[in-house]
Amino acid sequence: MTIARRHATEQTSPLTTEGCAEIHDLHRVRSDVPFVVGLCILSSVYILLIAGMLVADLSFTTPANFLAALRSEEIRYAIRLSLISCSITALLSLWIAVPIGYLMSRYSFRGKAALDAILDIPIVLPPLVIGLSLLILFRTHAGQLIERFVPMTYAVPGIILAQWMVACAFAVRTMRTTFDQISPRQEQVALTLGCSQSQAFWQIVLPQARRGILAAGTLAWARAMGEFGPILIFSGATRMRTEVMPTSVFLELSVGNIEAAVAVSLLMVVAAVFVLLLVRFFGRTAALEANRI
Amino acid sequence: MIALENVTVRAGAFHLSGISLEVPTRSYGVLMGRTACGKTTLLETICGLKAARAGRIILDGRDATHLRAAERGIGYVPQDGALFSTMTVRRHLSFALEIRQAPLESVKTRVAELARLLGIEGILDRKPPGLSGGEQQRVALGRALSARPRILCLDEPLGCLDEDTHDEVCELLKRVCREVEVTTLHVTHSMNEARKLADCIFRIENGVLARVTN
Repeated sequence: MTIARRHATEQTSPLTTEGCAEIHDLHRVRSDVPFVVGLCILSSVYILLIAGMLVADLSFTTPANFLAALRSEEIRYAIRLSLISCSITALLSLWIAVPIGYLMSRYSFRGKAALDAILDIPIVLPPLVIGLSLLILFRTHAGQLIERFVPMTYAVPGIILAQWMVACAFAVRTMRTTFDQISPRQEQVALTLGCSQSQAFWQIVLPQARRGILAAGTLAWARAMGEFGPILIFSGATRMRTEVMPTSVFLELSVGNIEAAVAVSLLMVVAAVFVLLLVRFFGRTAALEANRI
Repeated sequence: MIALENVTVRAGAFHLSGISLEVPTRSYGVLMGRTACGKTTLLETICGLKAARAGRIILDGRDATHLRAAERGIGYVPQDGALFSTMTVRRHLSFALEIRQAPLESVKTRVAELARLLGIEGILDRKPPGLSGGEQQRVALGRALSARPRILCLDEPLGCLDEDTHDEVCELLKRVCREVEVTTLHVTHSMNEARKLADCIFRIENGVLARVTN
């Protein structure tokens, strides 16, 4: 077929497949190898950096240093306080995150966007600012009144409050994503079957949110474990009193005891990896979505 | 009987007004119309899941316009079945009765009766993720009928079934609705389904609802 005739055919019948064979013959697809290799190189830079940090930590300390740090009364106190405060923080976070997550997922109301932004403030605010803000809050009349019943500033309850301020925001995000992923249709069916909204929530929604709740709890626990800035400002760094694991790292470093600081850091790495594995085990994208913020 | 008197419904920018309809007691009504013409919104308004902006909804002679969904006595089967993913089929059939705190023996009897009626005796201890499309629709129907509602609302219950299963569930619907003597309103866009099942057909077109045929 001449070019002129082919043109004429295309003009009269644009859907014809005539001439396509020639186009397909000329079309050569580039190799995918450079693309995949590029992805691998860029990814490996970050992964190697993470692995390198951990290996450097491990090579810096010896089992003897590690055991010596664990024998220290102060560090044992810090580990105990960290474990207790983080567990309480995780429970308190869930207590608040489940209702807020459900409310934000299921209801539309005036000012919802503003409320959503407020809930993100603890995530985006610098940790030191959170600590300072708490300190100022507890200097007001309302704060002083609370202090009369529960001592907060430079006390253990203050550690839990400082951890909770940040950890709860992550738990709220996780729970909201979890509830977003559960179709409201099932609740609607439950309502037609005779349920009140609260019965539908407890019997239909909550059992389905089980994995999300576990993910939110572990995420809150992990965030609380790593919290340092707000605790330092709001609760201080008094040994055997308001010392949690990140505070121990800071105090050991400040007196030049790097081996002990690394040993405590490694303990925190082990705890973080354990929590990460738990979150992975509970699966679901809920926690990952929250981490994307 | 299902009766709508000059009902107005709104969902976002979507709006239907002056809708009137009557499905006589124990009849099988089919509501047809194009996609996004408001069939599902209207069905949800009848079920009490959306509020009517104006007009009256009469169910079995009782003004149900302002009743909550739980108080309307309607069995509802949504398009995707919306089975409770953490519950067994047995629990689906007993759920509405447990909510009403029915005696254990009568719950067991009702579950057995429904399982026999719908041919799902063999899957009572299974959970929704392992069920076929036809089985899921049977379970959704059983769950909707468990508390012996006098009205049944079906939202495209056969929409996502293959051809063989479609015909099978269609026959089942026809038989079950006759046997349990329930007034039914079935939403679909399939004329084929309407011909097989309907005692009366309604169509929404350009925001106007009209009775097509007896």
